[in-house]
Amino acid sequence: MKKTALVACLLALGGVMATTGALAQDTADGIAEYRAMLGEGGNPAELTEMAGEDLWFETRGPKQASLEQCDLGAGPGVIEGVYARLPRYFEDAGRVMDLESRLIYCMETLQGFERDEIVKTAVSGSGEYASDMESLVAYVVAASRGVTIEVPQDHPMEREAYERGKQIFYFRGGPYDFSCSSCHAVTGQRIRLQDLPNLNEPELAQRAYSSWPAYRVSQGALRTMQWRLRDCFRQQRMPVLKYGSQASVDLITYLAVNASGGQMDAPGLKR
Amino acid sequence: MATRPMRIRAQNKDGVTEVRVLMSHIMETGLRKDADGNVIPAHFIKEVVATCNDKEVLSAQWGPAVSRDPFLSFKFKGGEAGDEVKVTWIDDTGATRTDTTKIR
Repeated sequence: MKKTALVACLLALGGVMATTGALAQDTADGIAEYRAMLGEGGNPAELTEMAGEDLWFETRGPKQASLEQCDLGAGPGVIEGVYARLPRYFEDAGRVMDLESRLIYCMETLQGFERDEIVKTAVSGSGEYASDMESLVAYVVAASRGVTIEVPQDHPMEREAYERGKQIFYFRGGPYDFSCSSCHAVTGQRIRLQDLPNLNEPELAQRAYSSWPAYRVSQGALRTMQWRLRDCFRQQRMPVLKYGSQASVDLITYLAVNASGGQMDAPGLKR
Repeated sequence: MATRPMRIRAQNKDGVTEVRVLMSHIMETGLRKDADGNVIPAHFIKEVVATCNDKEVLSAQWGPAVSRDPFLSFKFKGGEAGDEVKVTWIDDTGATRTDTTKIR
């Protein structure tokens, strides 16, 4: 009698577990379906791209200049495909830069804006329209859709950035003793219902990297790569990752090089 | 507050025109509170009208339950390449925005 009850109990448990599994699958499917629906011309990131395009050609700042002379790596004003080649070493600045630090550089040198001011307003708050930085990022990134990621590692400083980025990726610290690799160096992990990509696995790294920056539906805003990493640091309870800092550029370099060979498909769409 | 442009696409296929519109709007429900606990006032699109060559093809009354940066997709019979599709929204503060596109 006792045995029968136990078997029934186990069966019931099995049933529950199967349902939970199906539910998780349903949710993942649901998100995929929603993404496909919006992907057909409904990604609100396109609105931010449009705003960014206007901003790129607009004469602004103390020096009254547009960003048409901004060199993102392929010559002044060229934006096609540049995001797939960043971060890279820039001769004029003498250091490796990701898109956002390069845009800050251009806004400083060409338009005469103050760096601190740009950084302060770089991330839009809740209920606000996209910041200038977010709009510009969306515009530039969109021009690399379908381009194969090929981040240069020719200059010694580019290789140094990669090595430092790798160290940061594996560095454990903070009250949780976490590192990026705690979550992102194992395949098949997830946090709540979000799958966590193993960023050392080329295919998974490509899929993750090529879909950022992205419009976050839950925040109603386009979020950039700098924001993504800063938020990862927050979730790890690490000290704040400073916007446009060398550490952030190094980490982006590490992720970008690991994602080489993938095809850019950003701005993407996230939950 | 200045309004931002919409993104409109209209495509005709086998005599049916599919229109897809992305609107840039904050769409506040009036139920949220800010960091200080004050209610953020409602601010949402309440009326949408779409016309094709000045003939009305869609009119809708919206409320605060519609998402931020709304995406609207609809189909209507007729319409030819080159026809002008015009979409207008009016929000609860009286602000309005109109954008147009040509059917492809």
